[in-house]
Amino acid sequence: MELMRKWVQVITGFLINAYWAFPFTRTIYQGPLKVICAPGLNCYSCPASTSYCAIGALQQLMAGVRPALENGQYFLGFYVLGSIGVLGAFFGRLICGWACPFGFVQELIHKIPSPKFGLPRPLKYVKYFMLVFFVFLLPLLVVDQFGGGHPWFCKYVCPAGTAEAGIPMLLMQPSLRTTIGWLFYNKLIIMTVFLVWAVFVSRPFCRTTCPLGAFYSLFAKARLVKLRLDEARCTKCGACHRVCPMGVKFSEEPDDVECISCMACMNEACKENAIYLEVGGVAFGRPPQPRVPAKGEAP
Amino acid sequence: MATKRPKKKSRHQLRKPPFLFLLLFVMLGMAGIIADEPLRVLEQARQVCLSCIGIG
Repeated sequence: MELMRKWVQVITGFLINAYWAFPFTRTIYQGPLKVICAPGLNCYSCPASTSYCAIGALQQLMAGVRPALENGQYFLGFYVLGSIGVLGAFFGRLICGWACPFGFVQELIHKIPSPKFGLPRPLKYVKYFMLVFFVFLLPLLVVDQFGGGHPWFCKYVCPAGTAEAGIPMLLMQPSLRTTIGWLFYNKLIIMTVFLVWAVFVSRPFCRTTCPLGAFYSLFAKARLVKLRLDEARCTKCGACHRVCPMGVKFSEEPDDVECISCMACMNEACKENAIYLEVGGVAFGRPPQPRVPAKGEAP
Repeated sequence: MATKRPKKKSRHQLRKPPFLFLLLFVMLGMAGIIADEPLRVLEQARQVCLSCIGIG
């Protein structure tokens, strides 16, 4: 299953970044596919990107709400919210585990041999702050003299944008190198911090800062595809806690907002078959059967 | 007098909330399409916003 997940990550990464003519055209893809939402965090200024980034598009729409309304255009982000809402209601954070290129990069970096550490739980709330303030409120409320806002998350934070778009654009168009300043260095530092952090901590950006992950996590209890715990079978041995890349204690909190449904707990850890996949209420793979207590064990 | 036989309880019970969310967001997306938002999104996605990626 882990191999299959890796393949899905690679294939998804290629599908949403399928424009490989960019080294020759020296520009980004500008075709009609860019009306399709990338499921994971994938910068749409990446030269190879063939889809739009929901977080980038939302900020741009929020930043342009006032000028749009003045022109009688009701661009309030409904299309983008609808797109990621449908994805969220279907898969929730399973997308983070299976279809996010930046999550995949962090996973690969985490394979570098080094001491591994956990993450203080309160840090997970930073991503909700990012979603509310940097994606919605600041682009909407902090405006210039023309009534336009700025995409705060992209501009000041997003390490995926720096890695996938900022650096490639500078390499492709050397004339842009004269325009870089503190803004770019600030983003370069942020990107470097997250990439180095990923060596020691599993998926630090996804767990602390990603606003798309924060949005998908809102569907933790009410998504179609999710992992479930069969309480009758669970022995509370804690094996699922030890393999989780997101620090979820699945046997204690099966609906944890951090669960990315990578299925490591189900396939690699649980010997009791207490964890199973469920789609809309229907158990898949191995429907849970009541666990037979061992000899001498209380039922 | 015939008594009603209790319904057999199914092990698989469809959960309604995900479907309600799906419906809600499909409707939201449709509202966006009616407002011509995809064209605006496409227009933005076709341009490189340099300041958005920390350049310029």
